[in-house]
Amino acid sequence: MKNNTNHQLLGYFLIPFIGILLFKFLSNIPSETFINISEENTFTTNTYLNNNTSGYINFNFDVKPILSDKCYTCHGPDEKARKAGLRLDLEQGFYSSIKDDVDKYIINRETPHESELIKRIYNDNVSEVMPPPESNLILTNNEKVTLKSWIEQGAKWEPHWSYSKPNLPEIPKTDFSNWCSNEIDFFISNKLESKGLKPSKAEEKEIVIRRLYFDLTGLPPSLNDINNFLKNESKDAYENIVDKLLSSKSYGERMASIWMDLARYGDSHGYQDDQERIMWPWRDWVIHAYNKNLPYDKFITWQIAGDMLPNATKEQILASGFNRNHKITQEGGVVPEEYRVEYVADRAVTTSKIMMGLTIECARCHSHKYDPISHEEFFSFYSFFNNVDEEGLIIYGETAPKPNLKITEEDLKDELSFVNLPDSINDVTLMVMKETENLRNTYVLNRGSYDSPTNKVNPGTPKVILPFDNKNNPANRVGLSKWFFDDNNPLTSRVAVNRIWQQFFGIGIVATPDDFGSQGSKPINPELLDWLAYTYQKKDKWDTKKFIKRIVMSSTYRQSSKSKKENVIIDSDNMYLAQYPRQKLSAEMIRDNALATSGMLVNKVGGPSVKPMQPPGLWNEVTGGGGGSLAFYVPDTGENLFRRSLYTFWKRTVPPPSMMIFDAPTRDFCVAVRQKTSTPLQSLALMNDPQYLLAAEHLSKKIFEKKNILIKDKIIELYRTVTGRTPNTTELLKLDSYFNEVKEINKYSDEKAFTSLSVLIYNLDETTQKS
Amino acid sequence: MEEIHKHFLNNNRRNFLKKAGLGIGGLALGSMMDPFNFGKSNDPFSALGNNTLNLPHFAPKAKRIIYLFQSGGPSQLDLFDYKPKLNQLRGTDLPESVRKGQRLTGMTSGQAKFPLVGSAYNFKQYGESRAWVSDLMPYVGKIADELCFVKSMHTEAINHDPAITFFQTGSQQPGRPSMGSWMSYGLGSLNNNLPSFVVLLSNGTGRPKGQPLYSRLWGNGFLSSLHQGVQFRSAKDPVLYLKNPEGVSAFERRKMLDYLAELNHEQEASFGDPEITNRIAQYEMAYRMQTSVPETMDISKEPDHILQMYGPDAQKPGTYAANCIQARRLIEKDVRFVQLYHMGWDQHENLPNQIKGQSSDVDQPTAALIMDLKQRGLLEDTLVVWGGEFGRTNYCQGALTDTVYGRDHHPRSFTVFMAGAGIKPGFSYGETDDIGYNIIKDPVHVHDLQATILNQFGIDHTKMIYKHQGRRFRLTDVHGEVKKSLLI
Repeated sequence: MKNNTNHQLLGYFLIPFIGILLFKFLSNIPSETFINISEENTFTTNTYLNNNTSGYINFNFDVKPILSDKCYTCHGPDEKARKAGLRLDLEQGFYSSIKDDVDKYIINRETPHESELIKRIYNDNVSEVMPPPESNLILTNNEKVTLKSWIEQGAKWEPHWSYSKPNLPEIPKTDFSNWCSNEIDFFISNKLESKGLKPSKAEEKEIVIRRLYFDLTGLPPSLNDINNFLKNESKDAYENIVDKLLSSKSYGERMASIWMDLARYGDSHGYQDDQERIMWPWRDWVIHAYNKNLPYDKFITWQIAGDMLPNATKEQILASGFNRNHKITQEGGVVPEEYRVEYVADRAVTTSKIMMGLTIECARCHSHKYDPISHEEFFSFYSFFNNVDEEGLIIYGETAPKPNLKITEEDLKDELSFVNLPDSINDVTLMVMKETENLRNTYVLNRGSYDSPTNKVNPGTPKVILPFDNKNNPANRVGLSKWFFDDNNPLTSRVAVNRIWQQFFGIGIVATPDDFGSQGSKPINPELLDWLAYTYQKKDKWDTKKFIKRIVMSSTYRQSSKSKKENVIIDSDNMYLAQYPRQKLSAEMIRDNALATSGMLVNKVGGPSVKPMQPPGLWNEVTGGGGGSLAFYVPDTGENLFRRSLYTFWKRTVPPPSMMIFDAPTRDFCVAVRQKTSTPLQSLALMNDPQYLLAAEHLSKKIFEKKNILIKDKIIELYRTVTGRTPNTTELLKLDSYFNEVKEINKYSDEKAFTSLSVLIYNLDETTQKS
Repeated sequence: MEEIHKHFLNNNRRNFLKKAGLGIGGLALGSMMDPFNFGKSNDPFSALGNNTLNLPHFAPKAKRIIYLFQSGGPSQLDLFDYKPKLNQLRGTDLPESVRKGQRLTGMTSGQAKFPLVGSAYNFKQYGESRAWVSDLMPYVGKIADELCFVKSMHTEAINHDPAITFFQTGSQQPGRPSMGSWMSYGLGSLNNNLPSFVVLLSNGTGRPKGQPLYSRLWGNGFLSSLHQGVQFRSAKDPVLYLKNPEGVSAFERRKMLDYLAELNHEQEASFGDPEITNRIAQYEMAYRMQTSVPETMDISKEPDHILQMYGPDAQKPGTYAANCIQARRLIEKDVRFVQLYHMGWDQHENLPNQIKGQSSDVDQPTAALIMDLKQRGLLEDTLVVWGGEFGRTNYCQGALTDTVYGRDHHPRSFTVFMAGAGIKPGFSYGETDDIGYNIIKDPVHVHDLQATILNQFGIDHTKMIYKHQGRRFRLTDVHGEVKKSLLI
C-alpha cells in the first residue's frame, strides 16, 4: 500500500511530462506495439497485465489471453488447422513432449529454460521462431516475459474461467465499509482498495436523479420531479423514486429499446428492395413483459420456444416472434435454400450471443479457432432452429410470411390487451415460430455453405459448457431453453447480469458482453460478477426489477462522477469504478430528452412504428426507381411526430438518420454493445435538425411567456429543464452574456434571443451526457 | 514506479487511439495530437502524419481513389468483351459442357433453353493498344490507351444484394466495413475540412425500375463510425443537417460555438472528462464543413470548356455527369475515397434499348473525368475504377427476337477497367472463351481486385486488420492476391 501511494504522487507530477513525451514521440513507438494496441477496440486482459504488480502470473487472466490471441490459430481447438499435433488449449498439450523428439517437452517444469515453448518464442531463427513470421502475429516483450514467468512459477493450468458455474463468493472485507450501501459496494471497494483507489462521495442530488431517470426510463426527470426530490429530505426519498420508476410504463420502454438491438428488430425485411414487415406487436409484448416483470427465465423461454410450450397461449406464441426478427429476402432470383440457411444460422448465432456470450458463428465454416466449439457442435446447435415452417424466398410485398399469428380485436379484450392496435384496423398479423410437420435433417455444411452438406448431426449444445441432457430434455427448442436455465449452466446468469451492469455503468464487468470465450475480456471483478450471477439466479429467482434495484441502490451507482486526480493516475479509464462513469446518452435518449424537456413528447405506449421528421429524399434516392411499399418516406403527422424514439420506423437499408448519427446499430444483426463516438455529423444534427430546433423554440416560448420572472431566472429555468442542473455563477454569466450579445448583434427581440440561447443549451455537452 | 508509468502511458495511448478520428473529424484531432498547437493549427497537411497502423506498409502509388460503381451488372458482352462467335451461334443452346453446373438465378433457372446471343452493337479497336470497345462507349474507346481492362473478373454471388455487398465490403452478408471505411481507418484523412470518404449517387436511364442501393454499402461496419462514408446529396442540404436554419447567420453560429466551447470547458474542469475536448473539436469540424462542403459542391465557377467536356448532363445536379465533376473537385480537395454509384444496369429484358441510354449516361463523363484528372496532373496518384457487381450471361433471358434480347446475371466472367495511380495503361488482362462464358486465362477474383487496389495505396491487404469479437478481420477476409501484372 505504501508503495502505491508513492507511485501515485510521483505519477501525478509526471503526468504533463509524460503527456508531452507521448505526443511528441508517437511516431517512434515500435510498430508491433502499435498494431497490437490499435486493433484493440475493446479492453482485453492484456491491458490489465501492467496492473499485475503482485508478480504472480495467473493462467486464466495473464497467460491464456496471450496463447489464445497469438497461438491458437494453429495450436488451438480447430483440428484441421492444427500444426504439429500441438494443442495449447488443453491441459495435456502443455506437459507433453514434442512430436518429433520425445526428450523435448513443451513445458519443462524441472528446468523451465529447457521448455520448448520458451526456446521457440525467444528465437532468432526464422524457421523456428513462434509465432512464425508469415502469421503476421508478434509476441510483445511483455507477453514473452509473462509466458516465461508463468513457466518459472510452475506453469499451473486452469480451466477457462467462464465454463465452470458461478458459486456464491464471500462478501469481502473493506476499509470503506461505511461507504457501502449493499453487497455490491463491498466487492467494488475491496477491489478499489487493492488498487490504491478510493470510492467517491455520494453524487449531488440533482445529478443523481437525472442519472436514475435516464437509466430506468430513458427519459429525463421534469423540473418538478427534481424540485420535489431536492426538497424531500427523508431517508427513503431516493428509494421511493426507484420504486416509482420501476413501476412506471416508461421502464418497459427503456428496457425494450436495449432488447431491440439484441433482437435485431426492424420494420423492414432488410435485403434488396427492403419492403415493410410487421413485427411491432412483438415489440409491444417486450415492453409489456418488462413492465409486468416477467422473470428472465420465462422472458427467454417464451421467446425461444413459446410456440412449442404445452398448451401454448397466444402471448407465448407472440413472444416467439423474437427469432423471426432476422432479415428475410424477397429478391427475385435467389436460391431459396441459400437464404433459409442464413436465417437458421442467424437464429443460432443471435441466441448464442444473447444467452452464452459466445461467438459461435466462427464455428460455422470450421471448428472455432479460439474456443472449444467444433464445426459439428455449431450445426448441432443450429439444428434447434432448423425446423421452422418457413420459405427462404418470400413473396414480394408480404408483410408477415409464414409461420405467422393473427391477432384480432377479440384477443385484445383479453390475453393480448397490451397490443396497441390502432382504431383504424381490426387485426394484425405478424411472424412467429412454428415447427414444420416433417422435421428436417440437419447436416454439417462444409465451409458453412448451403450446398455442401456432409455428416448428419442431432440437436445438441457445446459440450465444454454443459452437455445436452437427452434423457430429461426434449431435443427441441423447449429442451434448449431448459438447458439454458439448468442450474449447472455456467454462462446464462453471468451473461445476463453482465449486460444489465453494462446498462448502468456503460461497460460490463466483462467488457465484451458478446464474448465470454478465450478472446473476450476477462472480468474486471470476477467475484462481483459471480455474486451478481448467483444472486440473480438463486436469490432473486430471475426477478429483473428486484435485481436492478440492487444495482441502483448501491453506493457504487450513486457516487459522484467527478474524476479525482489521484484516481485518474492509477485507473484513467475508471475501470474499477472509483467514480461513477460519465456516459453519453443513447441515440434514443438524446432525441427523447429534447422532446420531453420541451414538452412536445407524446408519451403513448406501443402500436405501429411511426415516421417522425427526417430530411426528404433519403429513401427514394437509393431505390433505383423500384422499391415497393417503402420507396418514399412519408412523414407522419400530428402525435406520431413526437413519440419516443424506440417507436421510430426502422427501414434497415436506410435506417433513421437521427438514430444512426448517434451510434445506433443498423439492426441487420444482433448487437450487444453500441459504439460511442463523437463526430461532426452529430454536431450538425444537434445544431440544425429541425426536430431539435422545434424543441428549443417550444421550450423557450413556454418559459419566456411566464410573467413576473426576471430574465436571469428564466435562464436558470431553461438550463435546469434541459440539463437537470442549476448553473453556477460563471455559467450563468456566460449564458446571460450570450443572450445579450445575440440580441444586440442581430437586433433580436428578447424572445428570439432566448430561443437562440435555448439552441445553445441543447447543444451543450452536458445535455447529451448522463453525469 | 516503472509499472505505473507504463500503465499510464498505455492507457493514454489506448485512449488516444480509440479517439483518433481518422475519417471525418480526422484533422480536428490531428491538431490535438500536438498539445502546443491545439486550437491554433489550421495547417491542412498536419493530418498527413496521422498514422496509427504504421501504414503505408510500402511506398504508395495512389493517394486517392474514385470508384465509379455501375450498379446492376453492366453487360460486358455488349460493351468490352468482343465475341463475334456469339453472333455466329445466335439461337443455339449453351452446352452443359460449358455451363458446368453453374447455378442459375431464379429468373432463368426455369428456362428450357439457353439460346446464345451476340451483341446488337458493333465493336471497334481503339488506340495503340487496339482495345475492343463497342459503339455504346465511343468516348471511353477514345481514351482506351489510358485504361487497363480486366476481362476476367469473377465472383461467387449471383444476385444483386449479396454481390454488391461482397464487392464493397468483402462479404456477401452485411456487417463488414466498406472499402472506403477501411481506407479511412488505415490511412486517415488528407484534409481538415471534409470527410475522407464521400459517396455520390445517381440514377441511370437504362432501367426505370432498377435495383436499389443500401446505406450499409458505405457503412463503417465494426470500425468507428468516424470512418463511415458521408453521402453528398444533390438535395438542398448536401450533407444531412449541414445548413444553418433560416435566419441564423454564420456569425451567430460562430458566436454560439465560442460560447459552447467556453461552457463545455467549464464542464471539463468540473468533471475531468477528456472526451469533452474531443467533442469541442467535432463542433469545429462541423463548422468548417458548413463552408467547405457548399464551396466544393458549387460548380458555378467551372469554365465552359470543362463543363462541355463532361457532356450535356454536367450541370444537372444529381446526374452521373454532375457527380463526375463533383468527384474531381473532391479529389482536388484531397478527399481520399470518392465512391459513385450509378444505378440502372440490370437489363434482363430489352437489353439493346435499355443499355443505350445507360451507356450514354456514363460514357462521356467517365472519359472526361479521367482526362480532366490527367490534365491536372492528378491521375498520377488518383486511381479510377469502373465496374459493376457481376456480368451478364451470353445466353438470352426471355424471348429472343430479331431486335430484342435480355441477359441474366453472370458471376463467372465480367469486365472492369481502371486508370491512373500505377495501373498499366493501354493494357488488357485476362481472357474468356470464344463465347464469353468461362475465363480461360488469368482470372481475377473480387478479393484479388480489392487486394490490388489496397496495394496501390501501399497497403499489404494481409496486414491491414481490425480485431473485432476476438477475430482479426480484413477487407479480403482470408483470400486475395495482388495482381502484379496489372501494375506498371
